[in-house]
Amino acid sequence: MDFAHAFLQIIIAMDMTIRLSVVLLFACLAGLYSERAGIFDIGLEGKLLISAFFSASFSYETGNVWLGLLAGVGASMVFALIHGIASITYRGNQLIAGVALNFLASGLTIVIGLAWFKEGGQSPALPQSSRFHELTLPFADTLRDIPLFGPLYADVISGQKPLVYIAFLLIPFTWWLLFRTRFGLRLRAVGENPASVDTAGVSVIRYRYAAVMIAGVLCGLGGAYLATSQASAFGREMSSGRGFIALAALIFAKWRPWYALMSCLLFGFLEAVSNLYPNIDVFGIFEIPVQFTQALPYILTVVILAGFVGKAVAPRAGGEPYVKER
Amino acid sequence: MDKMPKWADVVLIPLISLCLALIVSGFVVLAIGEDPIRAISIMVNGALSSTNKIGYTLYYATNYMFTGLAVAVAFHARMFNIGGEGQAAISGVGVAVVLLAFDWPHWTIALPFAILGGGLFGAIWAAIPAYLQARRDSHIVITTIMFNYIAAAMMGFLLNGILKNPNSQVAESVNFPAGAHLPTIHEMLAPLGIGFSKSAPANVSFLLALFCAWLVWFLLWRTRLGYAIRAFGHSPHAASYAGISAFKITMIAMIISGALAGMLSINVVMGEQERLIQFFVEGAGFVGIAVALMGRNHPIGIILAALLFGMLAQGGFELQFEYPEISKEMVLVIQGTIILFTGALDYMVRKPVEKIFARLREGQS
Repeated sequence: MDFAHAFLQIIIAMDMTIRLSVVLLFACLAGLYSERAGIFDIGLEGKLLISAFFSASFSYETGNVWLGLLAGVGASMVFALIHGIASITYRGNQLIAGVALNFLASGLTIVIGLAWFKEGGQSPALPQSSRFHELTLPFADTLRDIPLFGPLYADVISGQKPLVYIAFLLIPFTWWLLFRTRFGLRLRAVGENPASVDTAGVSVIRYRYAAVMIAGVLCGLGGAYLATSQASAFGREMSSGRGFIALAALIFAKWRPWYALMSCLLFGFLEAVSNLYPNIDVFGIFEIPVQFTQALPYILTVVILAGFVGKAVAPRAGGEPYVKER
Repeated sequence: MDKMPKWADVVLIPLISLCLALIVSGFVVLAIGEDPIRAISIMVNGALSSTNKIGYTLYYATNYMFTGLAVAVAFHARMFNIGGEGQAAISGVGVAVVLLAFDWPHWTIALPFAILGGGLFGAIWAAIPAYLQARRDSHIVITTIMFNYIAAAMMGFLLNGILKNPNSQVAESVNFPAGAHLPTIHEMLAPLGIGFSKSAPANVSFLLALFCAWLVWFLLWRTRLGYAIRAFGHSPHAASYAGISAFKITMIAMIISGALAGMLSINVVMGEQERLIQFFVEGAGFVGIAVALMGRNHPIGIILAALLFGMLAQGGFELQFEYPEISKEMVLVIQGTIILFTGALDYMVRKPVEKIFARLREGQS
């Protein structure tokens, strides 16, 4: 294998890694806001799925992908609201609420999809105007001829779809919001020690709802990306566990925004590798099966959780409903 | 004094939640422009109107009893075992390995060993997250979710590799020896002169599930260990003062839970498929959560809830044939709303009922 060929392979793998890590990034950040405020969210998967469905359906019907995006975000926010009502207002079990949302998303998307499009629960293929298209950044074509940097800029950094850039910009924004603003400080405090926040006269309920609804918006963006950018139609169960990989990425990132970027890119890379090179031959000695690459995000997360490599400590008040002292 | 009589807690609240769930699901059916009354009557008919359909209902109910009991035992020790799906899948490997190892002469000999094999594999798959929870403080919900996915990858690896039937195009093992065939309900009732559908998959595992339910009841409410599990579940701190080891209870409860989830493969892999296939659990591990919630974590409640969910599952398949405008995934919507109302919105349902009973009591005194 000559150098040029190897370089091309790397460019393709990097481009694919970015495309595949976007959904994870949105969902992972959604989980980050929610869990930092003390609400465990295993309903990320369901919110991605319901948003994917409604964004594809609405952009198909209206022919406007942005209206589709809005519908997807709206649907995901309705789910987030249910999660909030159950686990904040009625102090129910946050995990069970998440499980319920996942069931509902799996069922509703297919039941409504079948009644709507009569195509066995899928949406029709989206026409041009109902999909997001690649943005070409300035000078992409002029810089292409520069060795190494040129193709990297033209094919990896430029030429992605709008939501990709939004996802990556959300990382510094989230860091700034959580660690440099009063809102962020309070939001994190609500997840660590809600009683102290309450004593300071700040509403725990309001901050938790804010966090859960932000998670709804972000999952909505992730689902819309899935159906109108990564693919070009809604398919049954198309989130296929990405909400859970995002949850794994969140733990892997120890609930921190910049680490989340790294873990989502890593898990996106692993998915890209399993797509590009199903079975990896290691110097002809043995073969790494594709299932191992697929399971690696989960195995790594268990290892991190077990504290064998660094320790992931969850927000302290996570999972507990807040009951005001009387 | 209790806020309401016990019967209201164990019977009335679940029934109200069920009604709410059905009403919400009915609105979903209305929203897609179909008739909810027709849908529900097709589902009930589709689950009960012939011995063939009853046989399918019991077959699904058997699965849900096992997974419901699995979730409930963990719940009693204050753990949420969301990994029934993976534990059941891996237990299928245990059952397959045992049944493929010998040319079993008769099912009565094969069954105990298959139970051991399946139970052991399921228990191991639950024991690792339990150990990580007890010793390394890793959240068991997350680790069991991760183990579901690791199990799925493992199944794909094994069934495309060493366990694969070389003469088959799909990922499945070779058929088990004929001697390992479990009697179906038809074969069990025929000697008694009672007719039952030949094609229905329900088999002797149904009785095993009932026995497991009794065993769980006996363990939890009639033994010292069960008392320790429940004490730990109510108050881990008080339990540790009483000399109950958190490590021990966490491990034992999860091992029992994993072994119970593993019994699903006795019903499906040994009883119905008679070979190992890739996706045989089909979400039953997650339905177990709904069953345990609906059944209030008590074996009797779980049996009843499992029968209800078995009816839903079988009714859903019939719905697809009889009323093609409604997808069979309507069942998932009903299950989801049941989980929502019995699990997450319990307080919302409970509060008004408590108020009514308080008012009634005031009226009496």
